[in-house]
Amino acid sequence: MSVRSTARSMRAMLRIGFLDAIAYRGETIVWMLSTTMPLVMFLLWSAAADGKPIGRYGAGELHSYFLAAFVVRQLGGSWAAWQINMEVRDGTLGMRLLRPVNPLVHYAIEQAAHVPVRAFFSMPVALLFFALDPLIHAPKEPLMLVLFPISVLGAWALSFLMNVIVGALAFFIEQSVKLMDVYTALFFVFSGYMVPLDLFPEPVRVVLDYLPFRYQMGLSVELLTGALSPGTALRLVAQQWVMVALVTLSAHAVFRRGVRHFEAYGG
Amino acid sequence: MISVEGLGKTFRVQKRPPGLLAGVKALFHREYTTVEAARDVSFRIDDGERVGFLGPNGAGKTTTLKMLAGLLQPSAGKATVGGLEPFRRSEAFLASITLVLGQKQQLVWDLPPQETFELNRAIYGVSLPEFRKTTTELVELLEIGEQIKRPTRQLSLGERMKCELACALIHRPKYLFLDEPTIGLDVNMQETIRTFIRGYNEQYGATLMLTSHYMADVTALCPRIILIDKGSIAFDGELADLMSKGRTDKRVRFSLSREVPVAELRAVGNLVEHGAAEATFEVQKDAVSALVAHALQVLPVRDLSVTDPPLEEIMRAWFAKEPAQEPA
Repeated sequence: MSVRSTARSMRAMLRIGFLDAIAYRGETIVWMLSTTMPLVMFLLWSAAADGKPIGRYGAGELHSYFLAAFVVRQLGGSWAAWQINMEVRDGTLGMRLLRPVNPLVHYAIEQAAHVPVRAFFSMPVALLFFALDPLIHAPKEPLMLVLFPISVLGAWALSFLMNVIVGALAFFIEQSVKLMDVYTALFFVFSGYMVPLDLFPEPVRVVLDYLPFRYQMGLSVELLTGALSPGTALRLVAQQWVMVALVTLSAHAVFRRGVRHFEAYGG
Repeated sequence: MISVEGLGKTFRVQKRPPGLLAGVKALFHREYTTVEAARDVSFRIDDGERVGFLGPNGAGKTTTLKMLAGLLQPSAGKATVGGLEPFRRSEAFLASITLVLGQKQQLVWDLPPQETFELNRAIYGVSLPEFRKTTTELVELLEIGEQIKRPTRQLSLGERMKCELACALIHRPKYLFLDEPTIGLDVNMQETIRTFIRGYNEQYGATLMLTSHYMADVTALCPRIILIDKGSIAFDGELADLMSKGRTDKRVRFSLSREVPVAELRAVGNLVEHGAAEATFEVQKDAVSALVAHALQVLPVRDLSVTDPPLEEIMRAWFAKEPAQEPA
């Protein structure tokens, strides 16, 4: 596929993705409600703590952590697996392949265009919580504030690429979205979305450093809440981007193989 | 030019009898069978030609079109479209073709078609003045000025199909592969689309390959017919040749000045159709004049015409054999 035609059509693809995201206002708000799990966890953990700290998490830390998790989920989430699964199964992927644009880039741009829409609806909620809850810490370290957007971008990229890998399994199995459900369940537990990762035992944390989950969520939350030393923060962000590079290669390979299968078996 | 030599496509498909037990068995052991969807397909189509690609369900029409559009990898043989190999899907190739599948769409479902037109403009690098000119033409010819401003999901099937066609032609492709472009449309809409396709072919010298179950599409658009049956080419030639090939009968249709009882009509010849004041007879070519002379004596004839049997009937007779295998 041509890099030139992909580059020249990026703006148009972004525009279409954005317009598509705002086509259903009601659906967007319902979708947002489905991603408010951190706010629920915030209440649950606060009740469980009952005024006493859990690990290093006092009330203020818990409030800050789950508000940050809510923000990162809105900005770093991607749901491409469902779209890819659907297009493979109903054959509309064929229409995408007939355009001189890299289909993965096309998916990425369409998905990325949804982020501003989610931010538009969710950031006022986050700011409201921030303004009304005196226990929530504001991030102070300039380095963390620099690393935070870089890590959110990495989180989004990883989230999108993992969605591509799982979604592309629809080329080979009947329903890849079922696998995505499994992946999402693992993500909920091991990414820091529902449980701060430093509450896990040390051996589990070591393993999690080599899996994508933490880099899809926990790392950005830890940066925003000032939980990491500058050295650790830099190391983890570098590790995140190494993982982005590796998962990019894997996603490309799986999708390419899937398209070959599509070309051989049905189109 | 489209050149196809010995093109073949086989699919390996799962074989599973119906029923719960078979379903459970398939969890542990799957059986596969190979289906030959296209076999040794060869033909050449010159630039600017309009060709009808016909065959019964599962004959291999869509498979062949998808191979020519670069969506399916052939299992055997070779094809080039405008000198380019489809399966490589090079930018030059993709810019020169369009594939319209009656059952699949490229329009973004929740947005007005105009937005997808804009997207295609950017993707294919069509300049703004050229885009405006093409869009204006397409919108006028297809009468979709209002429809392109409404979300695709709110359009009727016919309106959507017209917008799909317009969208597929924004980049002015030289090769049009149209698979059932009029499926599900009413007679007026079918006619509009036929007129439009013929106009596009004449204006831009585009090459057209069309599959359709509506023979009216084919007779109106395609001077040349390629018949495919069970994956192989069964006929390749002029529509007129197909109409006369193997058929020695004609249809003689009489307009009558008053209604005539059916029994009286049957006494004239082999009556195949009749209405309030009309009757159609099937007759051997060499007996046409005798039938006409007799009818003029016994029936109140106001007008008459002699035609070939309809294409539907010819196709039915041609394919009245064992059913073709269904590809994946």
